[in-house]
Amino acid sequence: MADSTQHAPLIKLKNISKHFGEGDTRVDALRDVSLDIYPTQVVGLVGPSGSGKTTLLNVIGCILEPNNGSICLDGDVVYDNRWLRGDLRHLRLEKIGFIFQFHNLLPFLSSAENVAVVLILAGFSADEANKRAVELLEYLEVAHRKDAAPAYLSGGEAQRVSIARALANRPRIILADEPTAALDSERASIVMDLLRQVATDQQAAVIAVSHDEKIFDRFDHIFHLRDGWLENKKSQAA
Amino acid sequence: MNLAFRDIRHNLGRFLLTCFGLSLLLGVVLSMIGIYRGLVADALTLVRAPNVDVWVVESGTRGPFAESSRIPGDSREAIARLLGVVAAGAVTYQSVETRHMGQKLRLYVIGSEPGRPGGPAYIVQGRPITRSHYEMIIDKRAGLLLGDRVRLGRNIFTIVGLTENLVSSGGDPVAFLTLLDSQELQFELAPPAARRELARGEGISNTNTVNAIVARVSPNVKPESVAEAARRWKHLAAMTQVGQENILTRSVVERARKQIGLFTSILLLVSAVIIALIVYTMTMDKIREIATLKLIGAPDRTIAGLIVQQALAMGTIGFGFGALLIMSIKDYFPRRVVLLPEDGLALAAVVIVVCLLSSGFGVRLALKVDPATALGG
Repeated sequence: MADSTQHAPLIKLKNISKHFGEGDTRVDALRDVSLDIYPTQVVGLVGPSGSGKTTLLNVIGCILEPNNGSICLDGDVVYDNRWLRGDLRHLRLEKIGFIFQFHNLLPFLSSAENVAVVLILAGFSADEANKRAVELLEYLEVAHRKDAAPAYLSGGEAQRVSIARALANRPRIILADEPTAALDSERASIVMDLLRQVATDQQAAVIAVSHDEKIFDRFDHIFHLRDGWLENKKSQAA
Repeated sequence: MNLAFRDIRHNLGRFLLTCFGLSLLLGVVLSMIGIYRGLVADALTLVRAPNVDVWVVESGTRGPFAESSRIPGDSREAIARLLGVVAAGAVTYQSVETRHMGQKLRLYVIGSEPGRPGGPAYIVQGRPITRSHYEMIIDKRAGLLLGDRVRLGRNIFTIVGLTENLVSSGGDPVAFLTLLDSQELQFELAPPAARRELARGEGISNTNTVNAIVARVSPNVKPESVAEAARRWKHLAAMTQVGQENILTRSVVERARKQIGLFTSILLLVSAVIIALIVYTMTMDKIREIATLKLIGAPDRTIAGLIVQQALAMGTIGFGFGALLIMSIKDYFPRRVVLLPEDGLALAAVVIVVCLLSSGFGVRLALKVDPATALGG
């Protein structure tokens, strides 16, 4: 694997803090978190329950505003010490793909439509969106289920469609929340291979929150969070 | 890609069931409006049936529908001679209850003079009354046929003609008799009662009494002037056709009209609350999908559109089903249900406004959904 750190970081977090509540009820979810993630890297975000993993994912995904620090995504400053960029919805649509633990496919759309909807929201015509959706489903080897409703997909198929949707806009940042939790070992391994392939093909960075120790060795780096602190940084690839 | 349509298609059974429930509710609202219109139409049909311009009744009364009125039958001669009167007729009105084929039969009997104003405006089946006695024209609502024989008082009448949609403000079908028969029915005593009156020295009472005189006026003469002349010179109360219609709609059926109007308003309010609850529940059911849409970058207008379009579709389909339902069963109601296009359009507009307002609650809820809801178990 090439040394991705030669490039500028795709995700750059500096001294990020986030707390909920005030006074006696104050909970520090993130404390002074700094990290850099580079193109083609697949990194894991692990830690016990309540350690701040989901909060960090939400902060990187522009869903949650931190209290302090700065965030730079793909060269764009999103947050800098209480200054927050305005068009976060557009930024999410353009730069970030989300993969969910339970797939979160829209139950009223077919597999292909679930992928196409992201492209249509981004301004593609229906024809273009459908064509690209089918291409992505082919790439993820699930095109034969393009007309199936999510309810009729297996767990592995649904996760592939979910990944296809996350890739639809060719985002450079992919955030995955427990992407293998609902899958058996074999399918989990296939999903991790896919994420690795996507990161390489699209020069993207993949961040996955996971409790699944079976896949820890598939990450380039693992960030451990405990009580909001980034505890250590272990490189698997180095 | 229309998300609202896709979601409806996905939950088609549930959506249609919801629409059906709503359609029953809106059908009831529409039928109440129809019953109200029918009540007014029935009352006006009766007063419009003689096709006259002036009503002359007992002095100091507003008869013959709002109050009882009795005037001598020969008043017709006096009215007929007023300037501008083209034709005049004496009429009686009374409610009777009899039995026919073992069934209770309530009728609103009108006595009129054949060939003079006061009789039925048109006959849909059979012929007019040609004999002086014992012939009857009756409305189809009574459920009787030509040739049927009905006992009224001490006499039996043969049905020779049928009218349509001619009922009293109380909903009883109208039956037309000759004036003489109706006077006998209304004023003549049974033999034992007549003998008792004779024994009291009262003698045989004069039955040539009528409830009103109706008059047609020349097109060149104002009905108000004829009414004024009748009041001034004949010492009788008189009103124009418009005045009589106003008495009926503002006095006789006013309370029923208000009752139905209030009930319809309550039903509309209930419908609005139910529509709002359905839209809100539909939105609650989609919280996770809405959060996912927001997370993947869907703008607020896409999410609002999903909710508003579904609410409008539900209201439109519910109203359509409801209107069809009432159109198909309205003739089976015991009283006339009059569905006017303008009432239907007004209710449709109200439903659309209610759906838009109700969807506002759903949209408010949807826009508050945190995209982070989509993440995590």
